[in-house]
Amino acid sequence: MSEHLISVTDLHVGFSTRRGAVKAVRGISFELVPGATLGVVGESGSGKSVTAYAITRLLDRAGEITSGQVSYFGRNLGSLTEAEMRRLRGSAISMIFQNPRAALNPIRCVGQQIADALNAHGRLTRAEQRERTLQLLRDVMLTDVERIFRSYPHELSGGMCQRIMIALAIACEPKLLIADEATTGLDVTTQKVVMDLLSSLVAERGMGLILITHDLGLAARYCGEIAVMREGQIVEKGAVDTIFGHPRHEYTKRLIAASPTADSTIEDLVPEGEAERFAAPAPMKVSGAPLLLEVRNLSKNFSGFAAVSDVSFTLAAGESLGLVGESGSGKSTISRIVTRLLDKTAGEISFKGESIGEVPATRFNSHRARRDIQIVFQDPHESLNPRYTAFDSIAHPLRTLEKSLPREELNRRVRECADRVGFPAELLTRFPHQLSGGQKARIGIARAIATRPSLLVLDEPTAALDVSVQAIVLRLLDNLRKEGGLAFLFVSHDLNVVRMLCDRVVVLQAGKVVEAGRAADVFMKPTSEYTRTLLQAVPSFSFRARAKVESPVEI
Amino acid sequence: MRGIVRVSSRIAHRLLASLPALVGVLVFTFLLMRVLPGDPAVFFASSPTAGPEEIQQIRVSMGLDRSIPEQLVLYLRDVLTGNLGRSMSTGQPVATDLAQRLPASLELTLAALVLALACAIPLGVMAALRPGSAVDHGVRLLCSIGVCAPTFVCGLVLIYVFYVVLGIAPDPTGRIGAFDAPPPDITGLLLVDYALVGDFESWLSAVSQLILPAVTMALFVLAPLARMTRASMLIALGSDFIRTARSVGLPPFKVIVGYGLRNALLPIITITGVVFSTMLGANVLVEKVFAWPGVGSYALDALVSSDYAPVQGFVLLMAMIFVVVNLTIDTLYGFADPRVSLR
Amino acid sequence: MSATVQHVVWTIRANPVTGVAAAGLAVLLVLAVFGPWLQPHDPLASNVSMALLPPSSQYWAGTDQLGRDIFSRLIAATRLDLAIAASAVSLSFLAGTFIGSIAGYMGGRLDRVVGSVVDVLMAFPLFVMAMALVAVLGNRVENIILATAFINLPFYIRFSRAEVNARRGLGWVEAARACGDSHLKIVLCSLVPNILPAMAIQVSLNLGWAILNAAGLSFLGLGITAPTAEWGIMVAEGARFILSGHWWLVAFPGAALMLTVLCFNLLGDGLRDILDPRMRT
Repeated sequence: MSEHLISVTDLHVGFSTRRGAVKAVRGISFELVPGATLGVVGESGSGKSVTAYAITRLLDRAGEITSGQVSYFGRNLGSLTEAEMRRLRGSAISMIFQNPRAALNPIRCVGQQIADALNAHGRLTRAEQRERTLQLLRDVMLTDVERIFRSYPHELSGGMCQRIMIALAIACEPKLLIADEATTGLDVTTQKVVMDLLSSLVAERGMGLILITHDLGLAARYCGEIAVMREGQIVEKGAVDTIFGHPRHEYTKRLIAASPTADSTIEDLVPEGEAERFAAPAPMKVSGAPLLLEVRNLSKNFSGFAAVSDVSFTLAAGESLGLVGESGSGKSTISRIVTRLLDKTAGEISFKGESIGEVPATRFNSHRARRDIQIVFQDPHESLNPRYTAFDSIAHPLRTLEKSLPREELNRRVRECADRVGFPAELLTRFPHQLSGGQKARIGIARAIATRPSLLVLDEPTAALDVSVQAIVLRLLDNLRKEGGLAFLFVSHDLNVVRMLCDRVVVLQAGKVVEAGRAADVFMKPTSEYTRTLLQAVPSFSFRARAKVESPVEI
Repeated sequence: MRGIVRVSSRIAHRLLASLPALVGVLVFTFLLMRVLPGDPAVFFASSPTAGPEEIQQIRVSMGLDRSIPEQLVLYLRDVLTGNLGRSMSTGQPVATDLAQRLPASLELTLAALVLALACAIPLGVMAALRPGSAVDHGVRLLCSIGVCAPTFVCGLVLIYVFYVVLGIAPDPTGRIGAFDAPPPDITGLLLVDYALVGDFESWLSAVSQLILPAVTMALFVLAPLARMTRASMLIALGSDFIRTARSVGLPPFKVIVGYGLRNALLPIITITGVVFSTMLGANVLVEKVFAWPGVGSYALDALVSSDYAPVQGFVLLMAMIFVVVNLTIDTLYGFADPRVSLR
Repeated sequence: MSATVQHVVWTIRANPVTGVAAAGLAVLLVLAVFGPWLQPHDPLASNVSMALLPPSSQYWAGTDQLGRDIFSRLIAATRLDLAIAASAVSLSFLAGTFIGSIAGYMGGRLDRVVGSVVDVLMAFPLFVMAMALVAVLGNRVENIILATAFINLPFYIRFSRAEVNARRGLGWVEAARACGDSHLKIVLCSLVPNILPAMAIQVSLNLGWAILNAAGLSFLGLGITAPTAEWGIMVAEGARFILSGHWWLVAFPGAALMLTVLCFNLLGDGLRDILDPRMRT
């Protein structure tokens, strides 16, 4: 028993809420030997983060370990006093969190924060603290450590903050590191740098790692073992090859299928049983279609800062174009300008041969092209007015843009849209907070297609969704396009998604086009260095693709 | 070093930015004077029965026969040279009156503020550490009462209980007891002055005079301060960096005070500025109840007797105090938060 | 909408104080509307022979220096004080929400100007400003209302501005534009209804504050003048007799003020619990 770094036995965690007790974790067990790496994967609400907080006893006030045991080298953590537990945190078990900038004290210089941690677990002189801290900063591959020591979190980039968070976590040489969605929200290239660093540090120092993530690719690339969680239970666990190569549990299979990979197609994402609901229409002929949208030399400055500079692209009717880039690439700005929600600084936009770039965004609401260009927003929750029912949300564009619609006709159109996106008609009277993420995403799409537009701008429409929901939404979008002859301008940071959904791709970096072409060409034979870096940084979990990422842990 | 440079340039910037506000107040007070009912010249005439010639003469001597913009320039010039006019009721220059009475108001306000902060911060922190507990509910109740009790009623109740019934408080008539030696006139703040000359007995007597009005005023602002402390402490304790601090095993005191309270102080500093100016307003009420010889009661007396030069002077004084308070708050904030930079 | 009813019931059960506050306000409202029929004595009839009597079965709250029944005067004052507070708050609520939400939505220079003007106004001693306004405009009830409304205005502007600002970047606001709504329509038909719950809390807290303000002004002899029955004046008149031990002249109108404000504040707190979306699941 005591050779286990950590062993969790039949752990139950409950939260007391207004609606009574909620069981967040329901009897999970696993062990970890020193130096092992375990990936805990699952969708939101699966209880994976709660497990981590239960191990370190950092659950918030409402949460409580109702039964079960967590042992650290055979020592039952549940029997320790809070003071004893505190001494173990940082020196035996450490954590790394999501959103690194918020995880650091904003008004204390980062070096001092690391020194605080050192100070909490040992008596060091001021000079020793400083020397150790600087060494730790060097260990996490930061340069100019003297300056960084004195910096505050807001003066550093997200990636740097996460490295400091890592330095903080390993400062007192813990034996176990728990990374809770540590790179979620970072750009893929930054994610790769941080994860490579983390896994080499863990390997060097012989630490155990529990990597909690929703990203199967990430877990596959950096972990030796995988535990798949769902609704507070581990449905399947084992070696990474076994889990992803020969999944036994139905949920694991669905999760794997739903995760886009370098060689998956839209049809792969949704498993057999559910795919029947989507009758696969014949793909539209794209070649020879008339030009729908033409953007020439588009630029946008925000108080002197050039967010978009000199971007040009075209889009034919019924075609699907992907705009890909990391944060700050200007892709969302372009989507807003094309949708005419934002004014450009320079350049031309012509839609169906008519120049619409000159119409101020403030007045575009009454332009006749308004109903022809619609948009689906990123966060399905935030994109619905909380005081509108599902029906009102879908009816909104019809009421304003097709004013003289009689009541029955309006009802019919709303129901038709709801039907097309697979939204149950009996839920039309519900408010957003009574609907699930996937249902809200469907309303967002139904609203956008209600006026039968010919161009649909999709701004990261699935970024806030769990993979299994994302799979269904992507499938839905693809079908809508193929059967309705819609053109898509698809904005995303997720290269795999863009590859599956788009005919052509424009890769953006810092507001400029670095590469453009047919999706297959760009992804198979990238011509620019940046695109290659991007593609390499995407963690891929597919069993076939794993040959390429043999064993980064031993770096 | 970085901090000092950053903060001082911020202060300079803010000082410049507050100039328009000051000028705005000047113009406002000037216009206030203009729209007041009645003719100022009549007020300044030697007797209520002054003839039209005399009034016309005063008119000319006061510059009232000139155009409004010209008068505004004259007025601004007067203010810049420290000439705020003369009070009819005291017969003294308004500037002199205000200078004499300001220390009384400042002493009262500052004493109350210190008292309120000294109670509110610990109470707020205790409530935030155990939300939903008996302490939390107790603080909440105290705050509710503090917010609801009108200052003047509070003061009267304190007088009734401690002076009329218990007889342990001194006569609620001003700053100096009936039998005390006249105060040494150094700073005007009695507690400071008596301490400087080492007159302990008079110092105690001054404290006993100050305590009831200060408590009245402190009760008035206790609620917003304690509520803000509780709220910002709850936010701070719920934030990610506290979780980080706990996850690396920092001792509880360091987590709560060094990380939590230190961050929670930022909004408390901001609200202290707002509270201070609220207290300047409430001063008028408290000074009236306790016959406190401060600027508030001075302005009120002038207002009631339609003596407008002191009112103008008072409003200007308030505006200047407002600028000083804002600068102080800004400076404190600048030192407390490395994220603020000069805009 | 039964979920809403359930939620309200749940909140009141979890926090019965809110229910008590609502009941208290209902009583006040009854007193304000039916006051003239509920007064046991004429609130203005003086009778020097009956002056300064302590509370008794005939004069429940005693009599004042002119022998007027304090209890009847308290009831008579309810209508006036509530009316002042209600009209002042509605004025500042309407104007403030309008200005604040437009500024918050438009952003840019207009927003910055509005923001700094509000900051200056709020940092300035507002009570002093109200005093000056009443003095300038004249001692009339309308002017007390105007002054109170004016000094409340910055709070509504700032609050609605902040609330709108927090929402203007949300997807559903942009979506409304993609649906063809004009800016003005978005502010009035989408944003304002969404910030109303938060504003309701503010209104409730503010009503209490407005009552204190008006009472404070009349306590100082500004605004309403004797012999009108008003809580602030009653306290001011009673203050002269506190040193001689006639506590009831101050205590009852003081308590009336305090309880009224307490009710508004508790209701505001309760509304916060009811309307806070985070409390809803």
